Amino acid sequence: MAQVGTQDDASHEMGMHTEQLSGRTQQVFFNLDEEGGFAYPDSFEVDFNKRAELDVENMTPKEVNTGIRELMASGHGTIVLKNPGAKHSIAVGILNKLNLIIEGSLGYFGCGLCDGPNIRISGRVGWSCAENMMSGTLVIEKNAGSTFGAAIRGGDLVCKGSVGSRTGIDMKGGNIIVGGDTGAFSGFMMQRGRMIVCGNAGKNLGDSMYDGTIYIGGKIADLGVDAVPGELTDLDKQWLTRKLKMYELLPEKGVDHFTKIVAGKQLWNYDNLEPTEKKLIL
Amino acid sequence: MCGIAGLIHRDGAAGIGQEMTAMLQALRHRGPDSTGFAIYGDASNGEYVLRFKVAEQEDLASGFKIHDEIKQRRAEVDSRLKSLGVDVTAAEDATEYAYRYRIKFAGDLKKLSDFIEDVEGAEILSIGNGLELIKDLGDATVVSNQYALGGFMGTHGIGHTRMATESDVDIRSAHPYWAYPYNDIAVVHNGQITNYWLMRRQLERQGQRFVSNCDSELLAVYTANNLEQGATLEESMKRSIEEIDGVFTYLVATEDSLGMAKDTMAAKPMVLFESDNLVVLASEEVAIRSIMPQEIDTWDPYDEEVRVWHR
Repeated sequence: MAQVGTQDDASHEMGMHTEQLSGRTQQVFFNLDEEGGFAYPDSFEVDFNKRAELDVENMTPKEVNTGIRELMASGHGTIVLKNPGAKHSIAVGILNKLNLIIEGSLGYFGCGLCDGPNIRISGRVGWSCAENMMSGTLVIEKNAGSTFGAAIRGGDLVCKGSVGSRTGIDMKGGNIIVGGDTGAFSGFMMQRGRMIVCGNAGKNLGDSMYDGTIYIGGKIADLGVDAVPGELTDLDKQWLTRKLKMYELLPEKGVDHFTKIVAGKQLWNYDNLEPTEKKLIL
Repeated sequence: MCGIAGLIHRDGAAGIGQEMTAMLQALRHRGPDSTGFAIYGDASNGEYVLRFKVAEQEDLASGFKIHDEIKQRRAEVDSRLKSLGVDVTAAEDATEYAYRYRIKFAGDLKKLSDFIEDVEGAEILSIGNGLELIKDLGDATVVSNQYALGGFMGTHGIGHTRMATESDVDIRSAHPYWAYPYNDIAVVHNGQITNYWLMRRQLERQGQRFVSNCDSELLAVYTANNLEQGATLEESMKRSIEEIDGVFTYLVATEDSLGMAKDTMAAKPMVLFESDNLVVLASEEVAIRSIMPQEIDTWDPYDEEVRVWHR
């Protein structure tokens, strides 16, 4: 179990920092000493060469998700979904390694809460795609709706077209990569991770971002509160080139023209003590 | 949460009654309380289509002698139409309390509307050369069957599935709203208008009338007021982004156009498909897929985006 180390400052001595990180994830899945600590205890052994197709045209979202789970349970490591018809909440909560190919478009909340699968979608996705994604890759060939990649924690989330507003709102890790444009309030309250947008960004980019990095290849309508330009270093360029090449999104003119946006960190206050706590110390 | 949808065929009439029913039924989960259609048919013969009601659906269950009262109210409306010189060329009972008349009238539509709505329980749903506005309680299939919309042919339309949050579950609070007293203009809205009372009072002082307490009606009255002052539909919709507070995405249809506007926060959804011959919009792509199951390219309009298409 991960624990917060004790520091010798006054506030710790007075018992003001008592939190213990004892969540299920910390406890079970990230114990490096335990073999297989990065796999979920009830995950399935799947073979990527074992392939199945699922026509979901007449299925409810619950039936689709149960169907995916049953196929994984029987060892299928590659699953093709046909005729998704922009249904909502498809392919959610997959905590397993898996190649998932979706032929068509998804509605709202597609592929949310996933940890591990590699997903490719030939169509478009609606609002809140890949919300809270934890690892793996998700590549969308067409456009995406608003709140794309909200609160993601890890993995590569790629939309080759344009995305709606509030992209990467509250993102806590991972990479969001957009081939086209993004709407207003992208990166709002971003905490960690990286966002690459090859096209233009709408107004209030990076508003109230705590940390993380945003790279914009086109024009920025305007920056949000506490979002400031940063220096695009050689390391940034190397990383951008590698990532964009990986998903066939590298612009012909390279990445030198990208603008880097970071947090000004003038709004940081989550580590501050409350006024009453300060009085106690003083 | 409500659902809105609209479409416009730019290559002639199509079965928009069936198409709008399918789209709105696909959005049923966004609002099952009531459903409304503003659909535009053949406007070539110069007559108006008058849609009006003289009671609410719920009155039938609770009203004392309501069936007799409905007959009396309708007779009074007929009498007043006659006194204004209106030539009723066809009269259909859509339901016991809602009617569809084809009329010939060369006079002042506002005067006509005010005179009819002066009858107890009477409300004009729409007057138009092409517009037919139908709204009632229930989902799209229920309302469509009730008003026999399945075979309706036309060029464009808008519709709404309502989840009542700010006002009652009744026909008066259901969408679309007709932009009284302008023929052929209707509005549907998804969102919440936060400066509703302020703007309502301003518009009432300018002589505009409201029939409900639903904030969405403001958009219809606001549009009518702007058009009265000479603005184009596009100018009115662009102005609304500046002047109306809150979160909203709304659609306006006129005799030959379909318009869409999205607020500055882009907080309410809209998915758009556009081709040379057809434009389809809906709160969710699943509604578009209900009439276009093949793979198509769609996208979300951005914040402050205003679009107007003509047939």
